[in-house]
Amino acid sequence: MLEQHLAVLPIILPLIAAPLALILGRSIFSWGFATLVSGLAFLLSWQLLAAALSDGVLSYAVGGWAPPWGIELRVDAANAFVLLAVTAISTLVLVYSKHSIEKEVKAANHSLFYTAHLLCLAGLSGILITGDAFNLFVFLEISSLATYTLVSLASDRRCLTAAFRYLVMGTIGATFILIGVGLLYMKTGTLNMLDLAERIDLYDSSRTINTGLAFIMVGVSIKLALFPLHMWLPPAYTHAPSAVTAFLASTATKVAVYVMIRFIFTVFGIDHVFVDMGMGLILMALAVVAIFKCSYMATVQSNVKTVLAYSSVAQIGYLVLGLSLVSVSGLMASMIHIFNHALMKGALFMAVGAVFYRVGSVDIKDFAGLGRKMPLTMAAFTIAGLSIIGVPLTVGFVSKWYLVIAALEQDQWLVAALVLVGSLFAVIYIGRIIEAAYFQKLPESRSSENIKEVSWLMLVPMWVLVIANIYFGIDTSLTTEAANSASEWLFQTNSMLENKVMEGEVLEGHAIEEKAQEVSS
Amino acid sequence: MSFILDYYNYWVVVFLMMAGFYIVISANNLVKKIVGLNIFQTSVFMLYISMGKVSGGTAPIVVEGVTQYSNPLPHVLILTAIVVGVATTAVGLALIVRIKRAYGTVEENEFDNKDDVI
Amino acid sequence: MAEFIDLVLLAMLALTALRIIFLKDLFAVVMLFGIYSFLSALIFLNLDAVDVAFTEASVGAGISTVLMLVTLAITGRKEKQSTHSSLLPLFVVLVTGAALIYGTLDMPPFGHPDNPVHQHVAPRYIEESPKEVGLPNMVTSVLASYRGFDTLGETVVVFSAVIGVLSLLGVRRKKKKDLESGLESHRVLHVVAKIIIPLVILFALYVQFHGDFGPGGGFQAGVIAAAAFILYALILGLPKAFAVVGPRFLQWMAAAGVLLYASVGLYSMYMGGHFLDYNQLATDPVAGQHYGIIIIELGVGVTVFAVMLNIFYAFGSQAERSNVQ
Repeated sequence: MLEQHLAVLPIILPLIAAPLALILGRSIFSWGFATLVSGLAFLLSWQLLAAALSDGVLSYAVGGWAPPWGIELRVDAANAFVLLAVTAISTLVLVYSKHSIEKEVKAANHSLFYTAHLLCLAGLSGILITGDAFNLFVFLEISSLATYTLVSLASDRRCLTAAFRYLVMGTIGATFILIGVGLLYMKTGTLNMLDLAERIDLYDSSRTINTGLAFIMVGVSIKLALFPLHMWLPPAYTHAPSAVTAFLASTATKVAVYVMIRFIFTVFGIDHVFVDMGMGLILMALAVVAIFKCSYMATVQSNVKTVLAYSSVAQIGYLVLGLSLVSVSGLMASMIHIFNHALMKGALFMAVGAVFYRVGSVDIKDFAGLGRKMPLTMAAFTIAGLSIIGVPLTVGFVSKWYLVIAALEQDQWLVAALVLVGSLFAVIYIGRIIEAAYFQKLPESRSSENIKEVSWLMLVPMWVLVIANIYFGIDTSLTTEAANSASEWLFQTNSMLENKVMEGEVLEGHAIEEKAQEVSS
Repeated sequence: MSFILDYYNYWVVVFLMMAGFYIVISANNLVKKIVGLNIFQTSVFMLYISMGKVSGGTAPIVVEGVTQYSNPLPHVLILTAIVVGVATTAVGLALIVRIKRAYGTVEENEFDNKDDVI
Repeated sequence: MAEFIDLVLLAMLALTALRIIFLKDLFAVVMLFGIYSFLSALIFLNLDAVDVAFTEASVGAGISTVLMLVTLAITGRKEKQSTHSSLLPLFVVLVTGAALIYGTLDMPPFGHPDNPVHQHVAPRYIEESPKEVGLPNMVTSVLASYRGFDTLGETVVVFSAVIGVLSLLGVRRKKKKDLESGLESHRVLHVVAKIIIPLVILFALYVQFHGDFGPGGGFQAGVIAAAAFILYALILGLPKAFAVVGPRFLQWMAAAGVLLYASVGLYSMYMGGHFLDYNQLATDPVAGQHYGIIIIELGVGVTVFAVMLNIFYAFGSQAERSNVQ
């Protein structure tokens, strides 16, 4: 029974749990329940990844209706891999959030917080797993609405304007995606992604399809905060409750990157996007600008959460850069970095949240002397920070390594050099914080305050991520294997589709087109 | 003439979408932004419904003797999208009420000055 | 003739949208939005989308407009002059619009029966759904069965909205003597409301259970039923409405509707089918489809009713609070 429904369970489990968490009402119950559910979802996605790695692809027809008439769920190595990262981070963040939320969110809203978190998790899982373009929009909106709620739960009033800006930008993005899906549907008559892919190839030069592609890409770029559409991200990450930032920074944008990968590789096809429309160059240029502009912005901020938020936008640049290289190794670098960046940013934001818990604010000057007062938290921050910089033996190094290799493979020396120079900025912005923590003295005014290490409930998830940062930095077999088979899989589907069309297996569409032309003339 | 009739619907819909989009990004008042978002989305709904129409067809509810029906699928999608739209509107307006309480204003340029913008 | 009506309505929409851009009086903007929404509903009706027209009229012109008006009561009705330049937005909009116009140029012609959308996927819904699902209303069949997963998602979106609104605004229970709430002194309104409200609720029930045969369904029914209670709350005041259905109870109802929907899916999994496979619900697949659709539509109706009413409560109690101040 479990085997058969493996593909749908990671979506419906948190989906059903969310209203139950609301009914439970009491903060402690809904916390325990949400954590349990998220943990179960993690175990399921582990199973799912194992199944996808051994069987290739799992297709599940919801409602028993065969695609393209019903909604299909499709799990392959690529989305199972991202799902694993999302559910893992969700579980760790939930464990962590118990104390963090008590400090940052009003008591009356605790059960609403856990409900919204589960809704967000359900939405993200749905986006990853679904094989239907419109269903993707629905799950995108579930996760987005839950995210706006989560961001606005903080006690600082600035979270409200941040959430509002996020809501407006996010809705524009979703509406763009809706327009794009509509244009594709208009030309193909289908919403199933696989079916779309087969039919789109028949209309390579169609203006309607190209416009649809452009709208989907812009819409997704807003959701993944690709420069210059990232304006919503820094305020949202800065003012959201720390646990929310830790969750969003390591999952939401990654899922959006996966959506972009999915549309490029399995719906439109590489040739269409990169050769015919020339989007590779645009994406690469935007990615490089994102890396430099936002890494620079990160070095001049005073609030540590803002520093890390800008760093996130820069890291999204790396992700997009990898996929814009259009090669198995480039895509693999992106997939690895999706996973690795989740580990780094999760740990960093958890550490910052711990500082907020004790100190009550997270300006760089507040970090002065914390290396002594909160040794475990600051050690975690330092290791995760080294990982962002890309020091060997951490996951950050693995990511950069594969990215540079992928760039060199195509003789893109300049890109490889830019990646390395980008890391220097990370040295500066992480270095400033570490310097304050270890080499500056605690200010006189604070010495009377009782600043001490946070509880184990916050430290354990943080350190699990830190250890994962080191473990996957040394033993890269799991991540590279999964990422490699994921990207090979994506390329395979892509070329399979193209061959199929070349052999003329999909004739039905042609026939319709010709018929339509006859009638209209 | 037939060319214009073929595309008239879509062109007006594009104009409406852009009117809504312009209101969203240019309005200073947050409530007006939400109105703009709604207009933008409603126009997208019209794009979908326009493509579902079959000339000479009827509403997709089985009636004896009718063979030509309009396409039900866009209708279903838009029913869902309308619901999504009202959900977003409700959360957006709730945020506006809270912003009014916290800042005393809902004009974008006014609360921008009250906090250091990032 | 239908084309002519279409042309006129679209031209009216364009005028309404243009007026909204330049108006600074927000009350007028919101009223024009209500008109915009109504005109859209008429266009949907003219384009054979009866269910959509129904929903747009009750949501866009109904709930959304009411919520916007309540918000205006709190935030004030004048927009101030923007200090930002309007050139950049204009440029962005022109570029986007140009891209879309470019995209329209080789679109399939409007209304043509040979368009791809009418050739692939949809024919099965039109030809087979009356037999496979057994309902005359194809929109209901597709909505509740073929694409039932979308509709579950939609119900969850509505549920997420109430989570958002409650966490932002909360619903305050007031002591009864706090202030004169509602329109106590308007006798005529009281009498009219008491006559109308039962009829509206009756109509909601009709829409709920007749959705399989005609336009309507859980979503529209939920909105209409909520509208009846909103009318009650507007005229008799929030405290009295709370006495009929309290906000706490509505939270439970909203959750229960989602759970009811999902439990149909779980039950069909338990019976050996896929999630939301209604064929498993009875020995005869068509009967199974029918049971499944009735139950999930009920789930949708319950959730939408509870969510819409609760959102109104939240906004309403905020508006009363600002009246007191």
